[in-house]
Amino acid sequence: MTMRMMKNSRTLPLGFRRLTGIALTVAGIAMAPASHAELRFEISGVGASQIPVAIASFPGEEGAPQQITNIIRADLTRSGVFKLIDNSDSLSDSSAINYNDWKGRGANALAVGSVQRLADGRFDVRYRLFDTIKASQLSALSFGSQPQLIRLTAHKIADDIYEKLTGIPGIFSTRIAYVTRSGKEYRLEVADADGEGVQVALRSNEPIISPAWSPDGGKVAYVSFEAKKPVIYIQNLVTRQRTLVANFKGSNSAPAWAPDGSRLAVALTRDGLTQVYIINADGSGLRRLTNTAGIDTEPRFSPDGNYIYFTSDRSGGPQIYKVSPNGGEAQRVTFGGSYNISPRISPDGKTLAFISRREGKFQLYALDLTNGQEQRLSDTVKDESPSFSPNGKYIMYATESGRRGSLAIVSTDGRIKQRLTTQVGDVREPTWGPFMK
Amino acid sequence: MRTFSSFAIVLSAAVLLAACSSTKLDDKNAPVESRATTGTTDGADPRAVNTVNAGSDPLNDPQGILSKRSVYFDYDSYSVKEEFRSVVEAHAKYLNSHKDRKVIIQGNTDDRGGTEYNLALGQKRAEAVRKALVLLGVSDAQVEAVSFGKEKPKALGSDEAAWAENRRADIAYQ
Repeated sequence: MTMRMMKNSRTLPLGFRRLTGIALTVAGIAMAPASHAELRFEISGVGASQIPVAIASFPGEEGAPQQITNIIRADLTRSGVFKLIDNSDSLSDSSAINYNDWKGRGANALAVGSVQRLADGRFDVRYRLFDTIKASQLSALSFGSQPQLIRLTAHKIADDIYEKLTGIPGIFSTRIAYVTRSGKEYRLEVADADGEGVQVALRSNEPIISPAWSPDGGKVAYVSFEAKKPVIYIQNLVTRQRTLVANFKGSNSAPAWAPDGSRLAVALTRDGLTQVYIINADGSGLRRLTNTAGIDTEPRFSPDGNYIYFTSDRSGGPQIYKVSPNGGEAQRVTFGGSYNISPRISPDGKTLAFISRREGKFQLYALDLTNGQEQRLSDTVKDESPSFSPNGKYIMYATESGRRGSLAIVSTDGRIKQRLTTQVGDVREPTWGPFMK
Repeated sequence: MRTFSSFAIVLSAAVLLAACSSTKLDDKNAPVESRATTGTTDGADPRAVNTVNAGSDPLNDPQGILSKRSVYFDYDSYSVKEEFRSVVEAHAKYLNSHKDRKVIIQGNTDDRGGTEYNLALGQKRAEAVRKALVLLGVSDAQVEAVSFGKEKPKALGSDEAAWAENRRADIAYQ
C-alpha cells in the first residue's frame, strides 16, 4: 500500500511534502513506528488528540481505477486528527465484525467496505463505519460511481468518517484553485483538496491573480492581465463561459463574492486611487462603498454578509477594517504591527486570518474576533493569500520554499502543517472551494 | 510653483519650435537676396542643409528625451522625483501637441508584500505620473493609469538593486 502511494505521488503534478524535519520528529514520536512510511511525504504535526481508527481493505477495490482505501487512509492521515491502526485485513460491508479484536488492536473505530464493477461500467462502492468500543454501527453508505469519480467517492467516504468521528464536516471532497507559473505560461488550475486530479481552467501568457470560488462552487472570479491591465472575469468552470465583470478605466482587482453569489465586492481605480465598490455578478449596478483619499482594497464579505472586511492605509500603513455593505463608518479591526493585509473571515465568523509583517517577515496570523487573541500560525516568512477550508479547520496560504512559490496548509490551532509544491515553476494565489452537493 | 516652472519650460520650448520654422522660411527666400561676400557676417553658414523628414516623430528618436519612458520611485514613496520632472514634461508636451496619441501609465512595485496591496501601491505610482501629466495640460482621455503591482517585475532577484528597478512607472504609448 505504501509503495503504491509513493508511486502515485511521484506521477502526479502536486504532492504533499513535509514541512520541517523538527515537525517530522514530533509526529514520529507521537505516532506508531509502523506508520513511518506515511509520514514521509505528508504530515508535519498532529492534532491535540488523535482518534485511533482502522481502515480495512475493501474486497474488489483492486479492480477500480484507484485504490479507494489508500485515498481514504491518506486523507485521514493528512488531517492530523487520526491515528491509523495498521492492518492487512480485508473486510467487506457484509463481514462479521469482531469488535473486541479491533478494540484490542487499539482501534476505536473501524471502516470496512466493498467495490464491485457493475454491468454498465460503474462501480458499486459500499462502506460501513463501526464504533468498536460501543460495538455499534456509526454509518453506512453506498455509491454507484463512474470510474472517473472513484477518487471523489473515496474522498466522500473519508469525509463521512471524519464527520462521524469528530462531529465536523470533512473537506476531503472539496477542491482548491490556484495559479501556477511555468516559464511564460500562467495557469489557473483546479485540484482536489489533496492536490491531485489537476485540471486547467485558464491558460494565459499574462499574470492571473486573486481567484475566488463562487459560493455554489461552479464558478471562479479572478483578475487577468491578458488585456495588459488588471480586469475582473467570472468563469463558469463547466461551460468555460467567461463574464467580464469589471473593466473600468484603471485597475480592476480583488473580487470577493457576497454569500448569496449575486454580487461581488471589488477594488477599482476608476475614480483615482484604489477603492472598494460593489457590483452585480453580471457587471451591472456598480456602487462605490469606501471613500478615502488613500488605498482601500482586498474586500471580503463576512459569512453572514453583514460586514465587508478590507485593507486600508487610512491610518498610514495598511490595516484591516470592516464596514457594512451598505456603507457608513468603517471600524478598525487590527492593531498589532504596522502592516496587516489580506483579511479572510472563518466560516463561523469568529476568526480573522491575515498576513502581518513583523520584523521584515510576512507571516500568517489568526485573530480571535471574540476575545482579541492573536496567534501566529506559520514559520515561513513570505506568506500571502490565506484561504479557509469550508469547515473552518484549516487555512491554506501561499509561501515560498527554495525561491519557488508553494502552498502550505495549517490547522487553525497551528498544530498541523502540510506543504504542497509543484515539480516545475511556481504555485501561488490559492483559494479553497466551498462544500458541494 | 512646480506647475508654473513646467509651463515655463513648455512655453520656452514652443518659442524654440517657432524659431525653427521661421528659419526654414528664410532659407526659401535666401536665393533672392544677393550678397557680395561669401558667408555671413554673423558666422552662420547660409549654405548649410539640414534634413527634415516629413512624418518623422520625435517619439522615435532614440537620442531624444521622449525615449525615456520610465519614472523611478524611492522605497515606500509615491511622488515623482525632481530628476524625472523633465521626462514627464517632455511627454506632456508631446501629448499636448499630439492629441490623437494615448498613453497607459503602468505602475510597478518590488516583490515584498501582498499581491493586491502591491497592486494598489503600483497604482499609486502610476497615478502620480498621470496626475503630473494632467497638470501639464494633457487631456484625461489621453492617459490611463493602471498597475501591474509585483506581477511583472523587470528585474528578478531579491536585492536592493532589483527592488529599485521594480519601483517604477512606465509610460507606454498605445
